[in-house]
This record gives sequence, structure tokens and C-alpha cells, in this order.
Amino acid sequence: MNIFDQHKHQTAKIKRQDNVNERIPDGLFLACPYCGAQMYNKQLGRYRVCSKCGYGFRLQARERVTLFTDTFTEMDADIVQTNPDFPGYADKLSRAQEQTDLGESVLTGEAVIKGQKVALGVMDPYFMMASLGSKTGEKITRLFEYATENQLPVVLFTASGGARMQEGINSLMQMAKISAAVAQHQEAGLLYLVVLTDPTTGGVTASFAMQGDVTLAEPHALVGFAGARVIESTIHEKLPKDFQRAETLLKNGFVDKIVPRETLADTIGQLVALHQSTEV
Amino acid sequence: MALFKRELSPARIVKKSREDRFAAREIIDGVFTDFIELHGDRLSGDDNSIIGGIARLNGQPVTVIVIDRGTDIQDKISKRNGSPEPYGYRKAQRLMAQANKFNRPIITFINTPGAFPGKTAEAQGQGEAIAQSILKSMKLTVPMIAIIYGEAGSGGALALATSDQVWMFQNATYSILSPEGFASILWKDSKRADEAADVMGLTPKDLMEKQIIEYIIPEGRNHPRVFNLIRKRLDDEITSLQTLAPNELLAKRRARFRAF
Ligand SMILES: [Zn+2]
Repeated sequence: MNIFDQHKHQTAKIKRQDNVNERIPDGLFLACPYCGAQMYNKQLGRYRVCSKCGYGFRLQARERVTLFTDTFTEMDADIVQTNPDFPGYADKLSRAQEQTDLGESVLTGEAVIKGQKVALGVMDPYFMMASLGSKTGEKITRLFEYATENQLPVVLFTASGGARMQEGINSLMQMAKISAAVAQHQEAGLLYLVVLTDPTTGGVTASFAMQGDVTLAEPHALVGFAGARVIESTIHEKLPKDFQRAETLLKNGFVDKIVPRETLADTIGQLVALHQSTEV
Repeated sequence: MALFKRELSPARIVKKSREDRFAAREIIDGVFTDFIELHGDRLSGDDNSIIGGIARLNGQPVTVIVIDRGTDIQDKISKRNGSPEPYGYRKAQRLMAQANKFNRPIITFINTPGAFPGKTAEAQGQGEAIAQSILKSMKLTVPMIAIIYGEAGSGGALALATSDQVWMFQNATYSILSPEGFASILWKDSKRADEAADVMGLTPKDLMEKQIIEYIIPEGRNHPRVFNLIRKRLDDEITSLQTLAPNELLAKRRARFRAF
């Protein structure tokens, strides 16, 4: 048994309520990362939304599934990176797996959202910043393949800091691999619904996050390709406050609708229903 | 046995890949005949860092799309050292769709540090432009071959490299980002770029081993010889890809990337 298997065994014992957000005491004072408003953790409510500006605090994939689905059956839970050979990578992966109760940075499965059956993928920003590892790509590709085979729409909550540096060129290839599966799903005439969440950047933005039929976003979510610091140092200019925020993308024509968490499940359910065939 | 007479270190190859060894226009004129350049994306502009058009390869009409880093300083500045804008990728998409309509093979030549990280580039959807280039490439039913002749950095390179085959010049590199960027993100020290180059596996030899690419083009001082070799090999490979039915070609291209 190698070290990695031992580790897997340990994560299995960690319970759901150990996720980061549930560990925060109610009385803790927090600042909204978007507007800076100060509030008690308890005030965020079950959707973890800033009461002043509506920004949705980052959620773990399993929290999202609890919040937005009627039922959920996980798939491909056993897909994990078995060869993390870059120095320090194995440790980082272990920590992420413990914190999120996931094998990789995306949670996939079949779900029912407001009565509608969908293939659901949720990327987890607490798992190495939801970077695009080759196993992340494998899980998302399989989700699309499963959806195509079973004639299901895909709903994908995107989040990502970008590429998985430790995996080098293989991380880049995931963008093409997933896109091929998206192409096949499209050709089957099935709906692909993207929900952009904070933050969606880099290679994920430059591939499947921008290939949906309908693209929703959470309020004030950061969405972009290049990092703000890289841009500032390239053009020697300070960027405006709402640069790369969902509202700016809406204005520029890259987002269909910004939807607050409280009504997100309803909106998804309605959109999926509108794409069902109307046979009598 | 070493593939070439002397093997350079990855850091040396990174340096060479950034030198002006082959110019974009020189490649077009050297490999093809009858080139006619076509401009613009029909939406917002014409990106001069991507040259596109129709030419003949040994007599056969083909679509050629080449990233140009520029020649002198002024030219390099105006082309942002070969970093395309969203409307550059959209011009490429337009020319690829046109090629598909007229059943012309598509040959891309890539040399870019990456898509341009600019304020207007973001506002105009740099991510969307790359995403659609990749997605559309996965649906075209004509042979596609991508040739990396200098640097190929990140999604900005991949946008023109989701092809049936990817080849690299002997002193070219292909990576998730620059060694400087890699070192600064992972080690918070961009000065460790040479060390990063060693571990990133960005040389043609490394990428051939990982089956990311199919062929390494030997370089030499005699450029016409290099171009003759490219023309001959392109002709052979395209002829063989053209024997496949459109759905077979597409299935093969998708399977090529499914393997990663
Ligand atoms: Zn706020």
C-alpha cells in the first residue's frame, strides 16, 4: 500500500460537517470580500450571502449540492490523481482532499433540481483553488459523456484559479479534452447550462466555462481569463473596481443573467424545463 | 541515442525559442505558393498578430493561419510580441469555418508567449474567444495540422493547436505558461526560470514522449531545406488524413485529446 492509498483511507473517515464553512463559529465577525461590509457569520444565512451587496461567499461543492438539489447521486468519486510526482504536490492534494471530502476539484453526479433531472458538476474553490488537474478534466469529460449517453442536460457550476501548475502540459490538454465532450453533447441537441461562480479564471474561462448554451453568474463573481495583476503590469494601468466582475461581463455581453443564490435553483429548474421536448 | 547531434538544456531551448529564427512571412512564402491574405473577424477588427489566408500546398488549396511576433521593434510592439487579441482568435475562427465550407485543410503555425493580457482583451472576451476556437476546432471535418515554430504558451497557443497532429520545430517550446510565470507562481521567484524550465517538460523531446506532439522538425541554417521538408511532410500527412471519412477524422481528433 503506498502513501496515497493510506491517505485515501483517512479521508474516508472525515465527516461532512467538517467542511470549512460549518466550522466557522456563528459569532465570528467577517468582512465581505467584495464590499467590505462587516457582519457576523450567522448573518450570512444558509446561502452565505452578504446582506449588504448580495455577494455569495465561496462554497464547497458539497455545500452547493445540499443547497441547490432535491436529490444527488455522486459519480466517479474514486477518480483521484494517483501519480502526484511534482515536489510538494502529494501533500497539497492530501490537504485539499481532507478539507473538501473530494478526490478532485470537481464533484459530479446525477441530480434533480426543482424536479428536473440533470447531470451536475460543481467545482470546489477550496480544493487547490479548483485548478484544472487531469483528473478534474476526466471527471468533467465523463459527466458530459454520461449526459450524452443518457440524453441529459448538463448543469456546471464553474470555479477555478486556472491551470494545475504541478501537472504542466497535461493540465492544458484538459481544456481540449473537455471541449471535445462538450462538442459531442451539443451535437446531441442537449442543453449545457453554465453557472459562473467566484472565481472563474484562466483555462476554465478559456474553455468549458464559455461554451454553454445559457450562461448564468452569481452576483459580483470574479470571471476572467488573465489575472488582474498580470494585466496591470502589462499595460501599466490600474484596473477599475468592477473589472472582471459578473456585472461587467453582463454589460459586455458574455453572461445571460445574474442570479442570486436564493432563486438560483428555481431559475435552473425553469431553464431546464424550457428545453424539454414538448411531446404530448 | 540523442535525436539530434547535441542536445540543448531546456533553459537553452527556451532562449532559442524566443529568438527570431524564422519569420512568419518567411514561413508562408517558403512552404506555400499563391498566398492571399484575408483580413478581419467581421465583428470588431483585424488583429495583425495573426496572419491568415488561402494558399497552395503543392498545388492543393489550403487555409494558413500564422501567429506573427513581428520583425523589428516597432513591428513587435504593434503585434504585442505575438500575443493575439480576441478578434485575432475570432478571425482564425472565421477562416477555419470558411476552410471547412470549401473542404480545405487547415495549417496553423504557432509562436506566442500567450493570449494578450489586456484590459480591452478581457472586456472583449479573451476567454470566450479561445474557448470557441477550441470548441469549433472539435467540429471541423477537414484535416488540421498545427506547427509550433517558437514559443507556445498556454490557452493562447492551444486555441490554434486542437488539431489532428501537432508538430514542433526542434528549438520550440510548448507549456502551460512561461518558465518565469511558473517559477513565480509556484516558488514566488521568477528568477528561478531556468530551474522551472528543467521540471516543466516543455521541450519537443519531452512532449514527444508524452505523445502531446507527433513530429519534431529538425532546424538548420538552410531555411529552404527546412521548408521543403515541412511541405513534403504536410503533403504526405494531409493526403493520408484525407482518406478518412469526415466522421472518422472527427472521431480520431477527439480521441487524440480524450487520451490525456
Ligand atoms: Zn458585500
